[in-house]
Amino acid sequence: MNFSTPPYLAQNVSVQRVMLQVLAALLPGIAAYVWLLGPAVLVQLVVASACALAAEAAMLRLLGKPLALYLGDGSALVTAWLIALAFPPLAPWWLIVVGVLFAIVIAKHLYGGLGQNPFNPAMIAFAVAIVSFPALMSQWPPVDTNAGFVDQLALIFGLAPRIDAMSGATPLDALKTALKLGEGSVSVAKIVADTSTYGQLAGRGWEWVAAAYLLGGLWLWQRKVISAHAPFAFIGGIALFAGALWLWNPAQFANPLFHLFSGGTMLGAFFIVTDPVSGCTTPKGKLIFGFAAGVLAYLIRVFGGYPDGVAFAVLLLNICVPLIDLYTQPPIFGMKGKP
Amino acid sequence: MLQLFKFKGGVKPDTHKAPSLQQPIGRAPLPPRLIVPLHQSIGGIPNPLVEVGEYVLKGQCIGSADQWLSSAVHAPSSGTVVAVEERVAAHPSGLPTLSVVIETDGRDQWIERSPVDYQRLAPERVREILRDSGVVGLGGAVFPSHAKLAAAKSVAMDELVINGAECEPFMTCDDMLMRERAEEIVRGAGIFRDLLKPKRVLIGIEDNKPEAVAAMSAAVRELEADYAEFEVIAVPTRYPAGGAKQLIRVLTGKEVPASRRSPEMGVQCFNVATAYTAWRAIAHGEPVISRIVTLTGNVDAPRNWEALIGTPIRDFVALGTPQADTNSYLMGGPMMGFELPSLEAPLVKASNCIIAGSKTLFPPALPEMPCIRCGACAQVCPHELAPFEMYWFARARNFGKTQEYKIFDCIECGCCSYVCPSHIPLVQYFRFAKSEIWSREREKNKADAAKARFESRNEREERDKAEKAARLAKAAAAKKAAPVVSESTASAAPAAAAAVDSASEAQAAKQAAIAAAIERARVQREAVQPKNTDALTIAQRKEIEQIEARRAPLQGATSSTDTASQPSPKEEQ
Ligand code: SF4
Ligand code: SF4
Repeated sequence: MNFSTPPYLAQNVSVQRVMLQVLAALLPGIAAYVWLLGPAVLVQLVVASACALAAEAAMLRLLGKPLALYLGDGSALVTAWLIALAFPPLAPWWLIVVGVLFAIVIAKHLYGGLGQNPFNPAMIAFAVAIVSFPALMSQWPPVDTNAGFVDQLALIFGLAPRIDAMSGATPLDALKTALKLGEGSVSVAKIVADTSTYGQLAGRGWEWVAAAYLLGGLWLWQRKVISAHAPFAFIGGIALFAGALWLWNPAQFANPLFHLFSGGTMLGAFFIVTDPVSGCTTPKGKLIFGFAAGVLAYLIRVFGGYPDGVAFAVLLLNICVPLIDLYTQPPIFGMKGKP
Repeated sequence: MLQLFKFKGGVKPDTHKAPSLQQPIGRAPLPPRLIVPLHQSIGGIPNPLVEVGEYVLKGQCIGSADQWLSSAVHAPSSGTVVAVEERVAAHPSGLPTLSVVIETDGRDQWIERSPVDYQRLAPERVREILRDSGVVGLGGAVFPSHAKLAAAKSVAMDELVINGAECEPFMTCDDMLMRERAEEIVRGAGIFRDLLKPKRVLIGIEDNKPEAVAAMSAAVRELEADYAEFEVIAVPTRYPAGGAKQLIRVLTGKEVPASRRSPEMGVQCFNVATAYTAWRAIAHGEPVISRIVTLTGNVDAPRNWEALIGTPIRDFVALGTPQADTNSYLMGGPMMGFELPSLEAPLVKASNCIIAGSKTLFPPALPEMPCIRCGACAQVCPHELAPFEMYWFARARNFGKTQEYKIFDCIECGCCSYVCPSHIPLVQYFRFAKSEIWSREREKNKADAAKARFESRNEREERDKAEKAARLAKAAAAKKAAPVVSESTASAAPAAAAAVDSASEAQAAKQAAIAAAIERARVQREAVQPKNTDALTIAQRKEIEQIEARRAPLQGATSSTDTASQPSPKEEQ
């Protein structure tokens, strides 16, 4: 007797397949990233993956869970990749390691492992790193420095001095700083006219990375790996607030498209707020979750002290998930239109 | 063209239907022995009407409906009853059930059949005939059909839905029946129509069965005159479109929740095979003694067979020549069926399909992973439940919460398990939770009953005491009135002493008397509870005899021990 409980048929799906599709959807973004900044990010991806798998294996061992079954599920790799892509590409290797360890050991396994973590592990890693090492987390290489691969490796592995010239800020951060310094006398349009930093929509080159994430995300949606609710609500939340403030004062607030193609918007929309474990499960809940995270991310990004707000916004919303889910349970079959 | 509605969720597994549709329905050979379980439907267990050694005719009733919600069982062929005993049942548990074993004599001789013109009978009588002919839902639920054939009093019946959707993969018995015996199905549905008086009769068939749709449409067209309100409708193929509630939804837009019965919403649903048997029962006087069974899967010759109820499944599967690597047999479809615990079990009225399984056909279940809350299960749930929430609470044994998430609306269709990337056997968890809730309910009821018994006994004792006290008090009062006061009486009844002086003495006595009278009346009532001695079955007769036999010697004994050992009330006090 090899089986005994119905249904005896199963769709060809598994956690591993889901995770592999997520990883595949990240590939266009990674490709654009490499095109923009060279292969440094690949190094970070390797470091993060190796560390994540090692930490995952160690924790599974420690907790007495079946190693063979869980190590291959791909969930640790997804976390690792998201961390590598969210952190500055030339961040020292140990910063990535600290982030990954925090994500896998604490945010994932100490909360009960796969499926149990209330917080998005990658975002925990990001938040911890940016609070603990704000300077390192804000150093983004300018896109046209074109440091060679060797120089990048030296930076990542701490073999070269981290001179400030090698590291700038993200286009988003640069805009904010410039606006602050200008104290109302410079307009967004003027700052963005500087074509060494800005391109058509947002940061030069970065906008293409964002577009590539969008492409991967749409593919996930088309494959039904993710539902459209959370990502589009997230994008809508950012666009709505950015649009409103931009209409009100276009000199001091960037347009919505700028915000959609800057920072972590696209990565967040399709790969972070869509995390099923730490997100809402009901359709309405997903809309609320996505929208609120988008609004918060925008507010933190524009008015807060951090270069971007996606991580904090998502973590804050993670806390609200049980409550949102509870109040957004859809009516069941035969119970519609009844209290 | 009728406007169709959609139900949410559902899945589209491979249908595997073609192999068993290549041949017309065959007539399965008469097996040497038939094992007919008495309990083949929802409701009361029919009472055996035959004894070992008795000769029975084909169609003879061997088990009578036990109550209104029950259905008769008949001898599928002529022969001799060789046993009335517990036999392994076609049930996942494999537990034995009381069955009549008939050694067939090969003559297959019918009992005298009496077709009726049902239109001249009272509806009540038609329902009785259906019950006594063993007509039950042949879609697999085996709910006694007669019990579904009364419209709600306050709600007009709008639609009668005839279910020919047959959404389970592999299964084709209804498809073949519709292709070959469409007219009789329509006429059977006509009986249901005449009893329920709906405005419309909607025959729903999944659109992957164009031949069945054509055959049924042709039958309806031909019979036109009497069946004008009949309509054959092809519905989109999507499991579980053949679930009664889903088909009702698709055809009428009505959603019947678990908490309501469909007639309350003006709709009722029957399977096509049920309609067919109803027609055979009424117009030909043939009770349900056979059914169409699909034999498919890992066999050389998949086909539909008209097989006698009671045919041992071992004999039946041999008709298809199972392949060497067959490692299991399913009864029902692969989504909602179950693995047969033993091939000794017989075919029953619920046996719509037998599937020979192999490793390639049904790969072993993959190891269960934790739920990642992906929500895939909720997306495919046709009842729009949140399976992962119910799973979570079932696992935590928090059954109250599973009920808050409406676990009893779950129809166990298996869509959720089918799509779960973590390979969680969700349906198993739900069954477990449901049975736990039921057994707790039973325990509670039992405890409540025991408590009630205990309380009423306490009350009775109190009453007896009070009565006695009152009696003694009266006596004491009488004695008081007399010049000599008996010390001993007063001390023997201290309770009485209190009562004597109280002003409520008379009142208490009165109350006690009333209570005693009520109690007496109750005991009397219980004693004359009608014992149904008209339709005593063999088992009942035997039981009574046995009880009487046991009682005779005991009675003497108890009465003697009674007097010997029971402390007299005096001593007790
Ligand atoms: S499909 Fe499985 S893993 Fe996904 S939410 Fe449902 S139970 Fe959890
Ligand atoms: S088995 Fe129950 S919970 Fe699962 S899909 Fe079917 S009705 Fe929904």
